[in-house]
Amino acid sequence: MQMLKIKDLRVTIEDQEILKGFNLEVNAGEVHAIMGPNGSGKSTLAAVLAGRDLTVTGGKVLYNGEDLLEKSPEQRAKEGIFLGFQYPIEIPGVSMVNFLKTAVNELRESRGEKPLSASDFLKLMREKKELVEIDSTLTNRSVNEGFSGGEKKKNEIFQMAMLEPKLAILDETDSGLDIDALRIVANGVNKLKSKERASIVITHYQRLLDYIVPDFVHVLYDGRIVKSGDKDLALLLEEKGYEWIKEEAGA
Amino acid sequence: MKKDKDKILGKVTGDEYKFGFYTDIEQDSIGRGLNEDVIRKISEKKNEPEFMLEYRLKAYRHWLNMEMPGWANLNIPPIDYQDLIYYSAPKQKTKPGSLDEVDPELIETFNKLGIPLEEQKHLAGVAVDAVMDSVSVKTTFKETLADLGIIFCSFSEAVREHPDLVKKYLGSVVPYADNFFAALNSAVFSDGSFCYIPKDVHCPMELSTYFRINAANTGQFERTLVVAEKGSYVSYMEGCTAPQRDENQLHAAVVEIVALDDAHVKYATVQNWYPGDKEGKGGIYNFVTKRGICKGDNSKISWAQVETGSSITWKYPGTVLKGNNSKSEFYSVAVTNNHQQADTGTKMIHLGKNTSSIIVSKGISAGYSNNSYRGLVKVARGAGNARNFSQCDSLLLGDKCGAHTFPYIETDNKSAVVEHEATTSKIGEDQIFYCNQRGISTEDAVGLIVNGYAKEVLNKLPMEFAVEAQKLLQVSLEGSVG
Ligand SMILES: Nc1ncnc2c1ncn2[C@@H]1O[C@H](COP(=O)(O)OP(=O)(O)OP(=O)(O)O)[C@@H](O)[C@H]1O
Ligand SMILES: [Mg+2]
Repeated sequence: MQMLKIKDLRVTIEDQEILKGFNLEVNAGEVHAIMGPNGSGKSTLAAVLAGRDLTVTGGKVLYNGEDLLEKSPEQRAKEGIFLGFQYPIEIPGVSMVNFLKTAVNELRESRGEKPLSASDFLKLMREKKELVEIDSTLTNRSVNEGFSGGEKKKNEIFQMAMLEPKLAILDETDSGLDIDALRIVANGVNKLKSKERASIVITHYQRLLDYIVPDFVHVLYDGRIVKSGDKDLALLLEEKGYEWIKEEAGA
Repeated sequence: MKKDKDKILGKVTGDEYKFGFYTDIEQDSIGRGLNEDVIRKISEKKNEPEFMLEYRLKAYRHWLNMEMPGWANLNIPPIDYQDLIYYSAPKQKTKPGSLDEVDPELIETFNKLGIPLEEQKHLAGVAVDAVMDSVSVKTTFKETLADLGIIFCSFSEAVREHPDLVKKYLGSVVPYADNFFAALNSAVFSDGSFCYIPKDVHCPMELSTYFRINAANTGQFERTLVVAEKGSYVSYMEGCTAPQRDENQLHAAVVEIVALDDAHVKYATVQNWYPGDKEGKGGIYNFVTKRGICKGDNSKISWAQVETGSSITWKYPGTVLKGNNSKSEFYSVAVTNNHQQADTGTKMIHLGKNTSSIIVSKGISAGYSNNSYRGLVKVARGAGNARNFSQCDSLLLGDKCGAHTFPYIETDNKSAVVEHEATTSKIGEDQIFYCNQRGISTEDAVGLIVNGYAKEVLNKLPMEFAVEAQKLLQVSLEGSVG
């Protein structure tokens, strides 16, 4: 079943075109990896899908057959889109518990479900904490405040596990993680894998793809996908870098 | 991202004031204007003893020679004091003894405000004095409290029934000559609450006064006096609202607190006077003098306030730490939105030895509002080992609003340790987006962030009111972001 269809998407930031006719189709059950040099537009793509207010100058995005770009970010979240931020934001004074309880209950409300009781919520939290092996003291703190780089990334996966999205977009969630954390993050993604769900994994490192085996690997260069393949493409990139891709694209 | 930033900032709409209704009830009032005759009439209507009238007249004569203070960081339009009504009361048969005698319109008004006057319906453990315009309408649980020797009644009643106590303490903390508004209040004050806790009595319930301005063109001048005898304890709380009107209305109250040896008084305020509309039209001018004195050794006065209403707020609840080892704390959240202005803070005057004070002030500014903290910490020569810690934080929503901090520190004793910390932060659009991405609406995100920011202060409110105050914070910022 087709979940996401991005057609000829163009996004401009500060008078500069960043996405220049981007195309991608994602079906339920699939894992897509997006790789590409710094500044090629990967985070911009993630942001526009999540609902950041960017200037879209062309193209369209369908999510479950509906126009995604029309919807507010919170509506997209309620419909199952999750973004693991490349740079998670700190929110001083707001406890993780409060934050996630609000998020989980908003989601439930949109599905016509009752809010979770305090004890059910804490139980759910405990369960997911074990899954992503996140330190208990972290979830007692304010959202991302003072978290180390790696802790922030793990926290993104923890939130993903709590919210069980339909389409997870992970923007370099593997950057800055130690080997154990990498395995845990991959584990979190794999646990969610099912016929109804899909993920888009943005990464610079082939080694993540040893753990999360993608169905497709795409190379984003200069605002569009210039090459697609299976996981072997990632191996090739690791070996040869991006020069040859750039040359091919330029030619 | 410039564009969406503008959008977030520009969209200052929706500000819904939930208490803007007006009760159509017959009023007994004295005509506009102020002179000695008006003051005599007020005193007469209240059946006051002679000393009270004399006090009022002295204050009035002093006031005539005073000028409105101009030092606050406020833009106050001129006020025509001869165009105001100084006394207005809902007409009812003398002072009602039981609820059956209270006008059903009034009961209904307070029901709408969430302040039921029927004791059985009220929050467990809270006694209420309900004041509308110039008079107290009903005080609940009076008898229960009287069994413990606690006096909790309207100020008018105290003047008649307990003149000795009133005479002894009235003006002892805030003399009528203290400032322009205190003098005006001392001349024309109409009603308010009086509360007296006898020696070694721990008041078992929250005492609260609910002030409601209803009539138009009327100033509200209430007077509150709390006296805590040696070793006693009381937690007192006031709340206030007013109808939505295009004209500004003046509210100039005076609150005095006296804590004797080992006594502890907690005084909490949730101020939600009508703030004016989003263009800044109408709203209450809230010019208030509140002061407590830790008169006895080891006494303590704790202030907690949540200020969300009023178009202009001018208020500095403070404590005179006279007794040795006395303590005071001041916890405040002041929110300004749209065109509201607030110049508020506290004064801690250390006179006794080993006295200590804590100030935690959290300002939240949104829209086009202006929010200033002004605080004075003064350590007198004789106040050995005085300690103060002040924390003043400002949170900005948008960049058309202002936040300012004016801390004044005067120490005449070398052993004093006075610390001041200040921070300014902004709710960033990144934070809002992060919340949005997790399915949390912008309003809820602002609510989460603001309540997180104000948590330290909200925790100081009596439990019964903390939840209300939390909602209030969110409501008063509605429409201020995205
Ligand atoms: N707010 C902004 N203002 C100006 N330029 C921006 C802004 N946001 C993104 N850009 C530019 O858009 C381009 C694409 O950025 P993007 O973050 O999407 O790259 P990326 O592929 O995620 O890179 P990386 O691998 O380094 O994370 C970059 O040149 C970046 O400088
Ligand atoms: Mg990026």
